[in-house]
Amino acid sequence: MSIPRIEIRDLHKYFGELEVLRGIHTTVAKGEVVCIIGPSGSGKSTLLRCVNLLEEPTSGSILIDGDDIADPDADVDGLRTRIGMVFQQFNLFPHLTVLRNLRIAQRKVLGRSSEEATEVAREMLKRVGLSDKIDEHPSRLSGGQQQRVAIARALCMNPDMMLFDEPTSALDPELIGEVLDVMRELAEEGMTMLVVTHEMAFAQQVADRVIFMDGGVIVEEGPPSDVLVNPAHQRTRKFLRAIDAE
Amino acid sequence: MYVLLAVVVVAMIFFADWGKIGHNFFQPDIAREMMPRVLTIAARNTIIYTAAAFTFGFFFALLLALMKLSSIAPYRWFATVYIELFRGLPALITILLVGFGIPIAFGWTIPFGTLGKGTIGLGIVAAAYMAETIRAGIEAVPGGQMEAARSLGMTPGTAMLYIILPQAFRIIIPPLTNELVLLIKDTSLFFVLGSTPTSKELTKFARDFMTEARNATPLIVVSAAYLIITLPLTYLVRKLERKAAEEKR
Repeated sequence: MSIPRIEIRDLHKYFGELEVLRGIHTTVAKGEVVCIIGPSGSGKSTLLRCVNLLEEPTSGSILIDGDDIADPDADVDGLRTRIGMVFQQFNLFPHLTVLRNLRIAQRKVLGRSSEEATEVAREMLKRVGLSDKIDEHPSRLSGGQQQRVAIARALCMNPDMMLFDEPTSALDPELIGEVLDVMRELAEEGMTMLVVTHEMAFAQQVADRVIFMDGGVIVEEGPPSDVLVNPAHQRTRKFLRAIDAE
Repeated sequence: MYVLLAVVVVAMIFFADWGKIGHNFFQPDIAREMMPRVLTIAARNTIIYTAAAFTFGFFFALLLALMKLSSIAPYRWFATVYIELFRGLPALITILLVGFGIPIAFGWTIPFGTLGKGTIGLGIVAAAYMAETIRAGIEAVPGGQMEAARSLGMTPGTAMLYIILPQAFRIIIPPLTNELVLLIKDTSLFFVLGSTPTSKELTKFARDFMTEARNATPLIVVSAAYLIITLPLTYLVRKLERKAAEEKR
């Protein structure tokens, strides 16, 4: 068996006195799409943010392609260029046009030439269907468009893995679909994806595996047909009923 | 209440000694005699000193602001002590320290005369004020910006330079312009540093002219000169603030 892309071993995370992650174990294989679901405060976003060290784990280890990222010698900046991250609030750079949002890290981190960076930016914008917005400022775009630009921005770094932190939670309902469509395409192209989401239909259709978290632990995980349809645990059932009732 | 106003105005018109006031404050001959030096030397020097002190103070303030936000505690302590110290002292004391304290203590004088001493002295004070403004500007940029930049692989320095600071400066341009107006007025303190005929700024120029002419007209002339410089800037600040408020909506 090949080395998993992500391997998490006994991960604990405290915020002060509060233990947000209480011993997480899991792995993500190459090309796998894993959706993390769970009530707010369950630690799912914190788990995701630990994978690219936006949060520093208190204890335990996270191995990316077999290398421990908590190792003081680990090249964190290099690691982050390989892991794309998409945020709930998009976090586009408001002082830059769409093109420059997509170019800045290519230029300053990867050292690409202006021409090459522009070419890659155009290609990625085309991929998310926003070629006509290249010279706009982010504030002129709808939420759904901003999130698609944010995905394109991450893709410009040629990541081999993508993290999505509730990418559709800040969007108006009618704009959610366009973002999920882009994510679905990425999944079909074989991108390794870790997605924190409340979109159960998306998880059902796209995920290879669903992780249900509650109270800082993984309560259960498995194929969506098990976890979402026939959950083994009472807490999972209760959560899914509450989501359904919304 | 208009009655009171009318009484005061009438009293001023009838009882003030307009002849004396005009003689002492508004003598066209003296004003004419001040030309063109009040502009070519004094106003020019005031602007040069302000620009130099602002530039020096700004870069020093940027450094202090970054120190204050540093994760390394001694840097934070240094910045805090510096800022509190020089905001708590009269600017004149700092200028005297730089202009006279340093030569007495170390037998070494800062070069370039009034320009050198004044720039450093006033820049040290301005840096303390501007550091707090810049720090507030940096903190006003949402935390998600730094996270997004870092998640793209940028180092903290690169993210600060290309992502955070450009946004922070947009926020702080109005208060920094205000700081500039204050600095223009504070260059008047340079009169204590002594001067050559070509290094006088507006206040020193007026003071010397006043002694010579035994008349207060020079004060009125340089007051007008100060206002010509400061009023447009104050107007600009108000415009920038309004624009910023509109963008926020």
